[in-house]
Amino acid sequence: MTLSLRYYYLISVFFVFASTSLQANPNGEQLYSTHCSACHGPTGHGGVGVPLALPDFQYGVTNDYLTKTIRLGRPGRIMPAFNQLTDNEVNAIVKHLRSWAPGKPFKYTDKNINGDIKRGKELFTTNCAVCHGANGEGGKGTGVTFSRPRHLPIVAPALNNPGFLAAAPDLMIKTVLMNGREGTPMLSFLKQGLSEKDIDDVVTYVRSFEKQPHVSKSLQDIEPLISFESPNSLEDTIANIQRAVSGKNFRLIRIQYLNEGLVKAGKENKKQVMIYFCNFDFLNRALEIDPRVGLFLPCRITAVEENGKVTVMSTNPLYMSRLFNNQELEKLCQEMYQVYAEIVEESTF
Amino acid sequence: MSGNVSGLCGDSRGINILKFNNLTKLLLSLSLFFLISVSQAEQLMMTRTKQNFPEAMLKLQETLRDFNYTVSRVQRIDIGLTNSGYETDKYRIVFFGTEKEVALISKEYPHLIPYIPWKIAIFAEQQDTLLLTSNPMHFSNKDYPGADQYLLKWKNDIEKIMDIMRISE
Repeated sequence: MTLSLRYYYLISVFFVFASTSLQANPNGEQLYSTHCSACHGPTGHGGVGVPLALPDFQYGVTNDYLTKTIRLGRPGRIMPAFNQLTDNEVNAIVKHLRSWAPGKPFKYTDKNINGDIKRGKELFTTNCAVCHGANGEGGKGTGVTFSRPRHLPIVAPALNNPGFLAAAPDLMIKTVLMNGREGTPMLSFLKQGLSEKDIDDVVTYVRSFEKQPHVSKSLQDIEPLISFESPNSLEDTIANIQRAVSGKNFRLIRIQYLNEGLVKAGKENKKQVMIYFCNFDFLNRALEIDPRVGLFLPCRITAVEENGKVTVMSTNPLYMSRLFNNQELEKLCQEMYQVYAEIVEESTF
Repeated sequence: MSGNVSGLCGDSRGINILKFNNLTKLLLSLSLFFLISVSQAEQLMMTRTKQNFPEAMLKLQETLRDFNYTVSRVQRIDIGLTNSGYETDKYRIVFFGTEKEVALISKEYPHLIPYIPWKIAIFAEQQDTLLLTSNPMHFSNKDYPGADQYLLKWKNDIEKIMDIMRISE
């Protein structure tokens, strides 16, 4: 066997060994650090995501709930679905989460609770809707975010979310209602005066959210950019963009060439121009909803001249929005889409 | 360095050292590949570093340079934030790219123009710093299959950059 052939075999063996061993014994701490800690914090203290290390949360949820939550996410509520992880990897993450609160969590059966939906709705409206929303859509915002002082350590979960409903058995929802969750604003509704029968009715109503349609749009339905051809010269088109930006109450921040900063000064391509602008009220509204909106910022329209043809284009905020899995942000992106589309259209008349 | 070692030795043992070093490099690269491949990117590529904001900013720019990118601009996103109730005003957008890629992409794949130069949002979260960007592969378009090689390269580079940032202290 030649030397190079021996190396080849050695590398192949290493490859197979590494692959097998990583899949068989995934490192939960490392996986958590890679996939979860950015939002939930390195020790589960929360941030953009909910504080997973809260003892009451740890004891109140099952491994199955955690597993399904990782797998299904919360459609439209930031928490993505981690479909790309193997079962072993998900299990390793759950094991790591459990290391923060050693002890046995509650066990729930899959028993369905059959209460009175109509009465449950009335009780929900009176007792729950103030935090969880009239239709169980949850509180606004993303949790303790961006170092902003907040009154609540977490945002009330969306109880009508298909990810939540698939993960949480009836008895788990009932237990939370009965005991509350220490360290969060969720109170014990037994102590608030509801009977166990009342709580069963609320659980039955919450479960009925499963029958509501949940709209999920695909990125494939949306074009990634807004683009119009301009009949005017590049200079006139840029002047039109500036006027259109001011007309929408946005402040012009800067005009620069596309490759400025990447090439030596004076060598820029002057046929590719970016116009940056901002509206600070709009920015603050966006940051309140999701601190990650920096990826949309600053607002920008680009004008390009190629072979005598001038094109005005921008990112499509609706396309970007889908990456964030945040329904609230989507509403704001709809507004932003209108602004971009109108500026692009007005500047290409 | 391995080149110098082999040059100094100049005998069969030297050649073996060279081969060993290359093999070591290969194995290390494979190890890194495995570490990275287990953390397949989501739609957003996000990481947290224990570094405070100024250190993380420096480290990010240094790391981008190590990957042969040029930082074309750093945009502050902090005007009026503290007046609006935020405890921090440490929020920046770091734009980066290469002269060659931006020229090529803007000529061959104009649908990507509004998205370049690529950007990473970086902001303070209490004592830590969060970094975020979109996964370039989500901008893959079947009408422009040639762009995928660049998008994939950016995605792989960003994964490595995020990984470096994550473990930096």
